[in-house]
Amino acid sequence: MSNILVWAEHDSGVFKKTAFELLGKAAELRGDGEVTAVVLGDASGDSLGAYGASRVFQVAGDFSLFSGKQTADALHAAIEASGATVVLASSSYQAKDAMPRVAARMNSGMGSECTDLRAEGGQVVGRRPAYAGKVFTDVNIQSSPAFFTVRPNSFRQPAAGAGSADVVSVSCDTRNELTLVERKAPQSQDVDLTEAERIVSGGRSLKSRDAFDEVIRPLAAALGATVGASRAAVDADFAGHSEQVGQTGKVVNPSLYIACGISGAIQHLAGMRTSKVIVAINKDPEAPIFEHSTYGLVADLFEVCPKLTEELKAMQ
Amino acid sequence: MKIGICAKVTPDTDSRIKVQGDGIDTAGIKWVVSPYDLFAVEEAIQTKEALGGTVEEIIGYSVGPQSVVTQLRQSCLALGADKAVVVHGDAAENTDALGVARCLAKAIERDGVDLVFCGKVAADDDNTQVPSMVAEVLGWSLISRIVSFETDGETVTATRSLDGGIQEVVTGKLPMVLTADRGLNTPRYAKLPAIMKAKRKPVDNLTAEDLGLSSDDLAPRVTATSWSPPPARPSGRILEGDVDSQVRELARLLREEAKVI
Repeated sequence: MSNILVWAEHDSGVFKKTAFELLGKAAELRGDGEVTAVVLGDASGDSLGAYGASRVFQVAGDFSLFSGKQTADALHAAIEASGATVVLASSSYQAKDAMPRVAARMNSGMGSECTDLRAEGGQVVGRRPAYAGKVFTDVNIQSSPAFFTVRPNSFRQPAAGAGSADVVSVSCDTRNELTLVERKAPQSQDVDLTEAERIVSGGRSLKSRDAFDEVIRPLAAALGATVGASRAAVDADFAGHSEQVGQTGKVVNPSLYIACGISGAIQHLAGMRTSKVIVAINKDPEAPIFEHSTYGLVADLFEVCPKLTEELKAMQ
Repeated sequence: MKIGICAKVTPDTDSRIKVQGDGIDTAGIKWVVSPYDLFAVEEAIQTKEALGGTVEEIIGYSVGPQSVVTQLRQSCLALGADKAVVVHGDAAENTDALGVARCLAKAIERDGVDLVFCGKVAADDDNTQVPSMVAEVLGWSLISRIVSFETDGETVTATRSLDGGIQEVVTGKLPMVLTADRGLNTPRYAKLPAIMKAKRKPVDNLTAEDLGLSSDDLAPRVTATSWSPPPARPSGRILEGDVDSQVRELARLLREEAKVI
């Protein structure tokens, strides 16, 4: 059995879907143990009981400007108060920064960016990619509490049940040593690549930024998908740095990944190979991307993409 | 002021990685300083150039076998770092992320370094743990995934790249650890005379014991087992017919078979 603490992250008071994914998994893993959610700052955790938390620890304070130190202080206080033997968070920017800090403080170990978790011999074991997805390993943590971060979309979101949680307030020092100078809004309103359910990516075959904008972006819009790009397309300035998928870009885990004019270099595969359904559109039947795709279209993306865009619009 | 760089030697990202037992087959692997760590090296050098004489030295830190010294000379010392400190030995080479962080932090503390740059992630284990752990062991601040950096020697101003394309410009006080993201700078190449000169730059070879770390400090808390190649994908299907029928069939499959739209 495991007493599991889930860091339920939120954006300005709205819980991220990863919070529900983790709570659902924690309920499966706990055995006779207890699931506790921890909420930092201004969000009401009352609703989390319906997703399997029996307690919600609220840490009051201003967490609007992220500091790994401040967050670690709050998580540490919640872990101590909950008696957790397992601590789960999504692999968000904030968790990647703060969770190792808490693990170090508690002389314990961590498994990063797991794609699965299972209960084994009373412990939780993680399964995770390494070498940019070229290898998968189990991660076993001999110390307690065991820390894990989990990639978005790894687990199903549970339906709300009838459960309710005791809400407990936890206090700690919430000083923040950093100061905000400026916050720059994202250029696009799309869901972040790392959390996206659907992605349409373009490669070097697009030939120009204009073509990328005219062919890839409308297809993504028709699907409600986020736009991605190969390293070659980003190096050629067809798309922005923040849109790069691959080992030196974003690692993504969507339900649907459509690769348009992408050959499938190891670099790129490393960033998207855990996608559930992969569609490859490429003129070259020998392109390595076809070996990894669920559905392949050996065809010219300039013909396929506009037609597919129309077909999808017509289906709605 | 002294600037530190944490650099890890990893397989080149173009390497074919094959599983062998609970590890990888190292035959034929080309070893390099991990790509994001090269941004850290470049930022350290640019910071020294910007601050002039107030930067006493740049020190590159690594944990690993004797062989990593070769890559540190090429990708750290030949580019402008003044000295390398490498922690070797069974205890250090077989520990986990926290053990590595303790080795790095102890060496950084010993040398009186005030500012440390790391890559945001290493290209082998993809853990993203060591920089935060180094900061924690030292009791310092950390700003992760930076794409711009400035310091006057006391205060740091950095732009960090959060999820969702959000960027934040934040300030904080030294001492501090920062992790470099793509876009921070363009790493320079080493020139031949600098490569020759780097062969004579000092390298401190230490063991964890030299740094006052016990076997308990380094006993791994985390083990990676059951190594395997990525799960095989069910073999894909190439759609037949002209473009129109391929497109219609794809839309149907996505909706009815894969149920993803």
